Amino acid sequence: MKLNKIILSFVSALVILFSTSVASFAKVVGDKIILGAAISLTGKYSSNGVHTQNGYNMAVDRINSMGGVKVGGKTYKFDIIYYDDESNPKRAAQLAERLISQDGVEFMLGPYSSGLTKAIAPVTEKYGVPMVEANGASRSLFTKGYKYLFAVLAPANLYLDVAIDLAVEKNNGKPVTVAMAFEQDAFSQDVRLGVLDAIKRTGSKKVIDDKLPKELNDMAATLVKVKQMKPDVLVVSGHTKGALTAIRQISEMKVDVPMLAMTHCDAAKLSKQHGKNSQYALCASQWHKTLTYKDNFFKDGMTYDADFTKEFGYAPPYQAAESSAALLVFKDAFERANSFDQKKVRDALAATNMQTFYGNIKFAEGGQNVDKPMVLFQVMCDDGGKCENKVVAPTKWASAKLIHPIPSWSKR
Amino acid sequence: MDFMVFQYPMISVQACLDGVLLGILFALIAYGMALQWGVMNIINIAQGDLVILGGYIAYFMYLYGIHPAWGVIVAPVIMFFVGIAIYKLVINKVVDRDLFISILATFGISILFMQLMNFAFGADVVLANSDYGTTMLFNNNVVLPNSKIFSAFISILFAICLVIYMKKSKLGRAIRATAQNARAAKILGVDTEKVYAATFGINAALCGVAGALISITFTIHPYMGLPYTIRSFMIVIVAGLGNLPGVAMSGMGLGVFEEFADYILGTEFRIGSVFLLLVLILVYRRFKLSRKREYLK
Repeated sequence: MKLNKIILSFVSALVILFSTSVASFAKVVGDKIILGAAISLTGKYSSNGVHTQNGYNMAVDRINSMGGVKVGGKTYKFDIIYYDDESNPKRAAQLAERLISQDGVEFMLGPYSSGLTKAIAPVTEKYGVPMVEANGASRSLFTKGYKYLFAVLAPANLYLDVAIDLAVEKNNGKPVTVAMAFEQDAFSQDVRLGVLDAIKRTGSKKVIDDKLPKELNDMAATLVKVKQMKPDVLVVSGHTKGALTAIRQISEMKVDVPMLAMTHCDAAKLSKQHGKNSQYALCASQWHKTLTYKDNFFKDGMTYDADFTKEFGYAPPYQAAESSAALLVFKDAFERANSFDQKKVRDALAATNMQTFYGNIKFAEGGQNVDKPMVLFQVMCDDGGKCENKVVAPTKWASAKLIHPIPSWSKR
Repeated sequence: MDFMVFQYPMISVQACLDGVLLGILFALIAYGMALQWGVMNIINIAQGDLVILGGYIAYFMYLYGIHPAWGVIVAPVIMFFVGIAIYKLVINKVVDRDLFISILATFGISILFMQLMNFAFGADVVLANSDYGTTMLFNNNVVLPNSKIFSAFISILFAICLVIYMKKSKLGRAIRATAQNARAAKILGVDTEKVYAATFGINAALCGVAGALISITFTIHPYMGLPYTIRSFMIVIVAGLGNLPGVAMSGMGLGVFEEFADYILGTEFRIGSVFLLLVLILVYRRFKLSRKREYLK
């Protein structure tokens, strides 16, 4: 009798243990598909980390309220487990490990920035966990042969090569001289490689090739050289601090250059912080609200912009828009795979070919999106000093005509 | 290596003037560090973070429509009390201890300040626009933003005021006495506790002024403090404690050195070259010291 009791307690203990572990180790609990994400909610990337999280949350709410995800004849809703990676790559990799091996997450969303995505990708790859990321654009992410990494955004090397093409076009097809100033980080150096390719392709010439330090807040030396060499194009990429420092010092030092192309203008709130001084700057962007891509969930860019502003109280930067698009990609892949098997979902992701409000999405072998060009907008201000970003290239999406060359400071 | 700076003489002039203006600002921060180091024997690793906090005060004034130049008056007042608060909470517990303990304590304060600023003000890079315009020299070949000239002018003004205050006022004399010999000063009736608190407060106030000037001239960010700490440390090492002309000269020297390093080695080695110079100076000092020891033997 006593032995029976012991066996019974042992078996029930096992059953309880098994049932709880099944519950916590399932990627799908009840009617919920649980995704995992390590996001920079504190630390140096926290502003963009929050944009990323808001983009994810906005899409989760929208997809859930519009019927959820249909797999095997049943409807599921998205849910996301977030952890704060403190903007620290080591912490991000630990959290990815924790999400997968402790929380049992089998599908991941990407973090913010190329550096953190680079830290997480080997972990998701090791466990065969499909990850759709929206904020890691570094080219090196797509040359490592990762099979489970998919990026909805265009790779970093495509950010500013359009600007060189545009300058050549404006120079009647003749090569141009280019001054370059790029921060020494994975992203900016990839942007640089893209510009170098464009310089080579067009037969142009680089006259300045400066590397900017991480703690950059003074680029006067580069600008003095620009004044001396008088290049046709000045290209700057150094995240928000690069954009802000460049505009401040270009206006203070009255540097005249026919074309100025940069990255991170909208994240830097360039037109707000510098007003008319930022006028005529060309900025690379993954997305702009005036683009006419459409989908069933957010309708189009303008509607997304209005809905996001209503919900979060500020206009969505492209970091938020691309994050929302990542959820749309996951939903589409789950429904096409009609399964939660990681391999099947991975294959469905690889075969993605869809349009979202953010742009077309189709993945190349390396996982990068090859169906969405970058756009260039130009900061344009009216006489009252109100500035707006208007898309000027590629011509297909242009909502305004490029102002070229930039009027000299003495005439402004 | 790029020797463009020597090919075009005007670039050399530009680099020198930029360096001098920048160096004067560095010297102001370094003077605060030297003062506090001399009086309390504390190397303040959080120096740069106090500078950035001062910058945020000017930035917020700018956000609320007040010209950021007023920050050079408001920031030091607020920062003086911040300094006193830090002294009362942490520094007074480590002031008589080993130098290593105080370095660790101020390192902790530095990390805390970075995180608190990040939490309170966000991780965005910000700046305050002064709209001061530009001064063109030598047939428009040399360009000096007026914000840099303003920064240098205000730094000199504050340094002069401080020197006069240290010489003429009762507290200033007490601070100098404590720096010379704290024990003797105490015996002669100087309240060293009060002197320490005031010294830390004055240092924080100087950082406040410098921060306000940096937000007008460059950009600020919660994690940008460390390079300012390193630069002031470097200037103090070269100039020595309690030597204002030395600090000013060494500050300007460092400014010019940085500018030339920027042109010749490239912007990416700008801060790196400061570190290298620091190592070289420390090695040289040690070499000089060991020779002195030999004479003594």
